[in-house]
Amino acid sequence: MIRIENVSFRHRTVPILSDITLTIDKGGVVALVGPNGAGKSTLLSLVARLQPLQMGNIQIDGLPVDATPGRQLARVVAILRQDTTVASRLTVRELVSFGRFPHGRGRLSAADHAIVDAALARFDLADLAGRFIETLSGGQRQRALVAMAFAQGTDYLLLDEPLNNLDMYYARELMRALRAAADENGKTVVIVLHDINQASAHADRIVAMKGGRILADGAPCDILTPDMLEVVFGLRAPVETIGGKPFVLHQL
Amino acid sequence: MTAALSTSSWRAKAAAGLGLAALFAVSLAVGVSPLPPGRVLSDPDALQLLLVSRLPRTLAAVLSGAGLAIAGLIMQTLSRNRFVEPATAGTAQSAELGILLVTLFFPAASLPVKTLLAAGAALAGTSVFLATAQRLPPAQPYLVPLFGIVYGGVIGAAATYAAWQADLLQFLSVWTNGDFSGVLRGRYELLWIAALMVAAAFLVADRLTIMALGREASIGLGIDYARMMQIGLVIVSVITALSVVVVGMIPFVGLAVPNIVSRLMGDNVRGTLGWVAAGGAGLVLACDIAGRLIRYPYEIPVGTVMGVAGGAIFLWLLFRRGGHG
Ligand SMILES: Nc1ncnc2c1ncn2[C@@H]1O[C@H](COP(=O)(O)OP(=O)(O)OP(=O)(O)O)[C@@H](O)[C@H]1O
Ligand SMILES: [Mg+2]
Repeated sequence: MIRIENVSFRHRTVPILSDITLTIDKGGVVALVGPNGAGKSTLLSLVARLQPLQMGNIQIDGLPVDATPGRQLARVVAILRQDTTVASRLTVRELVSFGRFPHGRGRLSAADHAIVDAALARFDLADLAGRFIETLSGGQRQRALVAMAFAQGTDYLLLDEPLNNLDMYYARELMRALRAAADENGKTVVIVLHDINQASAHADRIVAMKGGRILADGAPCDILTPDMLEVVFGLRAPVETIGGKPFVLHQL
Repeated sequence: MTAALSTSSWRAKAAAGLGLAALFAVSLAVGVSPLPPGRVLSDPDALQLLLVSRLPRTLAAVLSGAGLAIAGLIMQTLSRNRFVEPATAGTAQSAELGILLVTLFFPAASLPVKTLLAAGAALAGTSVFLATAQRLPPAQPYLVPLFGIVYGGVIGAAATYAAWQADLLQFLSVWTNGDFSGVLRGRYELLWIAALMVAAAFLVADRLTIMALGREASIGLGIDYARMMQIGLVIVSVITALSVVVVGMIPFVGLAVPNIVSRLMGDNVRGTLGWVAAGGAGLVLACDIAGRLIRYPYEIPVGTVMGVAGGAIFLWLLFRRGGHG
């Protein structure tokens, strides 16, 4: 369980997050949505202790993120950031293997190799495994980064806009892989999405943020209404139900 | 494109090992009084020359070359910029200023103590450089080495001024321009500590690779980022200070070798570290041998030879690959 209690955050004097309280149960896919600048990435980076907490507290499985050794947390939670760039000349396999670092501190066991192979296969990277990251297309690189986070093998996975650069096929594959990880392996996935329909199709729960606050929180069918879209995104769009799931026709 | 050259290819390793051994042998043989292998066995004076002068000189070149190349690799990792090294980022200049001030104020201090204080100065100077480098916009990779050159220039100028005031200018040139001609048994052994530092780098090789992915990626993988930064800084500062104090600074090794190895083999430090160390040793040995031969029987200091050779390599690297990618 991720427990976020009364978390506020500011850059100098500018408030970024205001008194966020949110509990995310173990197992399942939670989508974090909201307009640009809502504070989604900031919240995720605080949960992953990439920035120091200023106010409030955050626990993952009872471990306070600001007081638990980094090495221990790295076996509990993995994060993929929104703007990850890899300037190093590493091959795809090397990069994904570094996801196993928290477990063996660099020594890869046979089990680690199997996990790396599985992550490469899952994201269709087996053929690219020997290529340097810098030679990949944007979407291929994104898949390699997701595979690295996957290979870390943590119960909690925080993904900040992982669908960036992915084509329709791989976007759906990734969402299905996350769904399977939650259903079959009991993983907890918190994922920032801008494609609200991906959230509707694959997430159990949608948390909508704006201006550093949580405005709506619930199952997709309860949350995705024209009124909510207007409040959160400031846009009116028709919502149609297909196969029991609401879809937002925001292109119209 | 796959990795051009595998770091574990035994062919490449054998070739490199043979090349290094050949340079080592040539370095033992070349000098004002030639030393063909046969004479060492029959002539006690020749053996003496070998043990007192040639072997220490050759070992000093290997140790400082390997050390400085590793120091460059670590600096590039910590600053996430391929164009910095101890000689162009204030590390060497801080060590020079440090040893100069120690010589001024505590002339009686022993060489290890002087080296330690020089390392402390290098640590302080490099910390300031890295802290500033992290604030420069990452979209402009050339700003970091540019800042480093200016920063190192300012510290170097301060050292020159202090040396001039104290009438120690000829001392300063001993530290700023590497030269192995004065290396004798009993006067280079401190350099073995550089080998210890290289060994320490091997222990943290994986963590260095991860550090190069950035602060966030490091924390995400459970690395104590601040602590690794300190460890890296200590390794860089100690190696640089040792080199400055014992043989004088040798520029460009730390720049050229890691860049060439990265180009050929990638940036997985665990695989490349041995290659960087061997490459640094080989390059410095080769430059020292060249310095002994070009104006034979006179010598050109290795720092001068490396300044020319390394500068050419650096320019080639710059023009071959724009930016830092
Ligand atoms: N380093 C910083 N200095 C000042 N303000 C910042 C900084 N980083 C983020 N902010 C501000 O914090 C707010 C929240 O940013 P955050 O990245 O969390 O938004 P987001 O919801 O992830 O947006 P997006 O959908 O565009 O990724 C924004 O208004 C942003 O301008
Ligand atoms: Mg964001």
